[in-house]
Amino acid sequence: MSTPDVAIIGTGLHPFGRYEGKSALQMGEDAVIEALADAGVAWEQVQALWASSMEVTNPEAILGLLGRTGIPARATFTGCASGGTVLAQAANAIRMGDADITVAVGMDKHPRGAFSAHPSVAGLPDWYGEAGLFLTTHFFGLKANRYLHDHGISHETLARVAAKATRNGERTPHAWRRKPLSVEEIMASPVLNYPLRQYMYCNPDEGGAAVVLCRADQAHKYTDTPLYLRASTLFSGRDGAFDLLSPSLPLAAQPSPTVFASQAAFEQAGLGPSDVDVIQLQDTDAGSEIIHMAENGFCADGDQERLLADGETEIGGSLPINTDGGLIANGEPVGASGLRQVYELANQLRGRCGERQVSDAKVGYAQLYGSPGTAAVTIVST
Amino acid sequence: MTQVPIAPDLFTWPSDDPALIAGRSSDGVLVFPYRKQKLVEGTREELEKVELPRHGTLWSFTTQRFRPPAPPYAGADDAESFEPFTVGYVELPDALLIEARLTEPDHEKLSIGQEMELRIVPFGTDADGNETMIYAFAPVGAADRGAN
Repeated sequence: MSTPDVAIIGTGLHPFGRYEGKSALQMGEDAVIEALADAGVAWEQVQALWASSMEVTNPEAILGLLGRTGIPARATFTGCASGGTVLAQAANAIRMGDADITVAVGMDKHPRGAFSAHPSVAGLPDWYGEAGLFLTTHFFGLKANRYLHDHGISHETLARVAAKATRNGERTPHAWRRKPLSVEEIMASPVLNYPLRQYMYCNPDEGGAAVVLCRADQAHKYTDTPLYLRASTLFSGRDGAFDLLSPSLPLAAQPSPTVFASQAAFEQAGLGPSDVDVIQLQDTDAGSEIIHMAENGFCADGDQERLLADGETEIGGSLPINTDGGLIANGEPVGASGLRQVYELANQLRGRCGERQVSDAKVGYAQLYGSPGTAAVTIVST
Repeated sequence: MTQVPIAPDLFTWPSDDPALIAGRSSDGVLVFPYRKQKLVEGTREELEKVELPRHGTLWSFTTQRFRPPAPPYAGADDAESFEPFTVGYVELPDALLIEARLTEPDHEKLSIGQEMELRIVPFGTDADGNETMIYAFAPVGAADRGAN
């Protein structure tokens, strides 16, 4: 394993859900305050901050709530991969010698219902939206349908993924959806984007998540249980990759950006998939989790049918995936979602997860994927 | 009512045998939807307009259950009259995979690999009162009908 230069010393979360009358910035503030307390660091000790949000234009305005200390505070947004990006930037400030202690925070507060925008913001022509094609959910259905067809995976396996998410949500006090659903109930829910059904999808919601980082050689000043950032990567899609909102694709297919982000992350960390104890994957929908299992190197294409049937992705299995219920049980405030993954990994690696604890977890892995075809991977370890 | 394409340079129209229009660069790369220029080895190049094959096979498909958010959606339907539709990628031989609405609204009647053909179908109405036309793909042999 590589020698770490950056440590995670504190994490905080404003639970994801719906909070009438509370702003995204206020939820981000709560998350940062919890992360600072967890790290034993005062806000005045923080030397730089990175923030991400889809709905808040200047999420770095969170300084107005935390205290206007004059530090460099910047916002970055890379869609669903934003959490990985702000974490990497907060780490890089430490590597560059610009700061000893930094904060990464994400926050969002989405309106109810499907995301809606003008096609031009995605580089697409007006007619694409007029004709009813400008919907990211089509991608999830189209990719899942083809993947299930190519690799002999049943619709029940999709339902097993969603059922696991709700069971893990039940064991997670801060999860949004805590009512376990059976495979039968999920299979009885309406088809939204065939083969994906209503209960196989995550929903946009609200929340915040934050991480406090410091120089690895100073981590023990703050905590007895520091975590080390072993890898953080981000890749955009290359020509031929089947990504969201593609009016056409070349016949010569290329792997998803997730494949490149994953391979590069394992290389950075000097680790392989079999070294990972607890896994967080982008489960925008149950099909995404199944596909991401293979794209991240945790199984071969098609093995998911057996792995899910055998319970291997459960908390007690060999590949515990989305131990807090993932996006399906927590929803997705886009700017915060990636740091929720890191929050869960940190709590797992520090043995704080109670009835959803993965025993003896030492290495955690988190993957993000979203529009316009961006994947990020973070690996942390004890 | 005059029938007009929903956008220029999308498909040949009016035509007895319409085809989708792509751009082709000097290195043979096809670009759909057509645009005038593309970077080829660092130089902006004018693309040649070419017609894409009219037949292909269904690569994947999915369903759209709810009326898409409007705008941008501009279908002639409203929340009450909206009919769920299907979307797919059709693999056009030696060309591209094209994302399109499919004329068959019932996903049970679609299967990956089935033969599909291009249709130009009525969609909505533009600001001048013309009937807008979009492209769609239909299972080969299906009766001629609108985009769902």
